[in-house]
Amino acid sequence: MAAVAQRRRYSATFWRDTIQGYLFIMPVVLGLLIFTIGPMIASFYFSFTDYAVLRSPKFIGIDNYVHLLTTDRLFWKSVRVTITFAVMSLPLGITGSLLVAVLMNQKVKGIPFFRTCFYMPAIVPGVASAVLWSWLLNPDYGLVNAVLFKLGLPTCRFLAEPETALPSLVLMSLWGLGGGMVIYLAGLQGIPETLYEAGKIDGANSWQLFWKITIPLITPTIFFNLVMGLIGTFQYFMPAYIMTGGGPLFATYFYNLMLYERAYKWMQMGVASAMAWMLLVVVLLLTLLVFRSSTLWVYYEAEVKK
Amino acid sequence: MTTRAEARYTSFLYLVRRRPAEAVRVAVTYVLLVVGSFIFLLPLFWLITTALKTRQEIYVFPPQFFPKTFRWANFIEAWNYPNMMFPRWIANSLLISVINLAAVLTTASLCAYGFARIRFPGRDVWFMMVLATLMLPGQVTLIPIYVAFYKIGWLDTFKPLTIPAWFGGGAFNIFLLRQFFMQIPIELEDAAYIDGASRFRIWWQIFLPLSKPALATVAIFTFQGTWNDFFGPLIFLTSTEKFTLALGINLFKGQYSTEVAYMMAIALLMTIPMIVIFFLAQKLMIQSVILSSIKG
Repeated sequence: MAAVAQRRRYSATFWRDTIQGYLFIMPVVLGLLIFTIGPMIASFYFSFTDYAVLRSPKFIGIDNYVHLLTTDRLFWKSVRVTITFAVMSLPLGITGSLLVAVLMNQKVKGIPFFRTCFYMPAIVPGVASAVLWSWLLNPDYGLVNAVLFKLGLPTCRFLAEPETALPSLVLMSLWGLGGGMVIYLAGLQGIPETLYEAGKIDGANSWQLFWKITIPLITPTIFFNLVMGLIGTFQYFMPAYIMTGGGPLFATYFYNLMLYERAYKWMQMGVASAMAWMLLVVVLLLTLLVFRSSTLWVYYEAEVKK
Repeated sequence: MTTRAEARYTSFLYLVRRRPAEAVRVAVTYVLLVVGSFIFLLPLFWLITTALKTRQEIYVFPPQFFPKTFRWANFIEAWNYPNMMFPRWIANSLLISVINLAAVLTTASLCAYGFARIRFPGRDVWFMMVLATLMLPGQVTLIPIYVAFYKIGWLDTFKPLTIPAWFGGGAFNIFLLRQFFMQIPIELEDAAYIDGASRFRIWWQIFLPLSKPALATVAIFTFQGTWNDFFGPLIFLTSTEKFTLALGINLFKGQYSTEVAYMMAIALLMTIPMIVIFFLAQKLMIQSVILSSIKG
C-alpha cells in the first residue's frame, strides 16, 4: 500500500514538475525555435539559392560558395583583411592587457584609482569611441598627429591611406584593453601568494617568478581571451563601417562588412547566407582547434590533483 | 594579514633607506601607472575639451590643450541641430532600452528558475542548447529573421529590436541568473512549498527579491547592450525619426563631418549614462565581466 502510494505521488510530482518546468523555460524554448533553430535551417537553405527577398528563392546548388571561393576577389580580400587584423590585434591586445593587469596587481597605494583610469575607455559606447577616434586620427588636426609632431616624429595619414588604415583600427582597439585587463586581474588574484613565497625562498627573482609561476597559472585566462578574441574579430563591424566604410581601396573591408553589404544593401541573401555559414564553420573550427591544442600549452590546476 | 598589508604600505622614504631595491620597484610601478593612465585618459580628455571648443580652436595645428573659454552652448546647439533629432533619438534609445530591460529581467529569470530549480526530462539538453547559442555568430540567424520581419511588415518599427528580448532574454543572462539561483538555499523554497506557495510565487516572492545583485548586473548589461547597439537599429530602422542615438550620431557624422565640436558633445552625451552607471555599480560590473570569463 505504502509503496503504491509512494509511486503514485512520485509520478504525480514528476508530471507536475515536467509541466511546470517547461512552462518556466517556455520563453527560451520558443526563442530557440523561432530565433535560432528555424533561422539556421532557413539560412542554410538560402545559401544554396539565388534569393533577393522580393522574388522567391531559386535553388542553384553550391554556386554561391563556388563563386565566392573562386571568382569573387572581394571575398578573399575581406578574408585577408580580417586575418591581418586578428594577427595584429590579438597578440598586442592579449600581451597589453596582461601587462597592464600585472601592473594593477602590484601592491602600491592608490591602485583602485589607476584601475579605474585604465578601465574607463572600455565603457565608452562603441559608436562614441568610433566618432572620437575618427577625430583623434584626423590627419590634419588630430591629437595623435599632434603628439607625434611634438615628439619630433613623422606624422601619419592614418585612416586615409590603405597602408595605415588597418593598423589605425588596431591602435583604436588597444585603447579598450581595460576589459581584458579586468579578466586577467581576476586570474592573477586567484594565484595563491604561497606559491610566490615558496619561489622566493628557493631564490627565484621576480623575472623567474613571472615566467615560472604567473604565466603558467594564467594560461587558462589567456586561452579564454584568445578564443573570444578570435570569434570577436570575425564579427568586427561597427568601427570599420563608421570610420572607413571599408576603404581606402578596401584596406579595411572586413568579412562582416562584406556580409552586411551583400545582405542588407544589395539584398543578395543567398550569397550572404553562404558567407554566414562559412563564418560559422570557421569559428567552430577555430574554437575546436584552440580547445584541442590547449592541452599542449594550457596549465589547469586540476591536472596536478589527478 | 593587516600587519603585512601595513608593512607593504610603509612610507616611501623608509623604503629608500632600508630596502632600496623595493623602493626602485615601487617608483617604476608608479611611473608606469601614471604614464599609462595619462595615455588611456587622454582621448577621453580630448572628447570633453573638444566638445567645449569653438570652431576656430578646433581647426588649428598643433591643437590647443584647453579651450580659452568653455563653450557650453555647443551642447545646446548640438541638441537642437537643424535636420537632426537628437532629443527624439535619445528618447527612442531610452524607450527601446526600457522595454528590453523589462523583457530580459522577466523572461531570463523565469527561464533561469526553471533550469536551476525544477527537475524534468530534457532540461539539461535545452540548457546546453541555450549555452551553445553563445558561440553562434549572429549573422547565421539574422538573415532569415530579417526576411521574416520584412514579410510581416515589422521593418522600420521598434518591434524587431524589442520583441525578441521577450524570448529568454539572451543565453548569457539566463546563465548568470541560473548560477545565482543555484546558490539560494533549498530550505527556503521547501518551507514556502509546504506552506502551499506555487512555484510562480516562489520565483516572484523569494528568488527575485534575493537576487537583486544578479538582477542588477543583468539590467546593467542589458541597458549597456541596447544603448550601445548599432547593428540591430542599422538594419531594421530606415526612417530618421525612428533612429536610435547610435544611428543618429552616425548620420550626423556622415552629413556634417566638419561639425566636430557638436559631434563630440553628442558622443559625450551618449557616454555619460555609461560613466554614471560605472561609478554607481563599479563592483557589480567588474565582477560580471569576470563572471563572463568563467563561462568559457
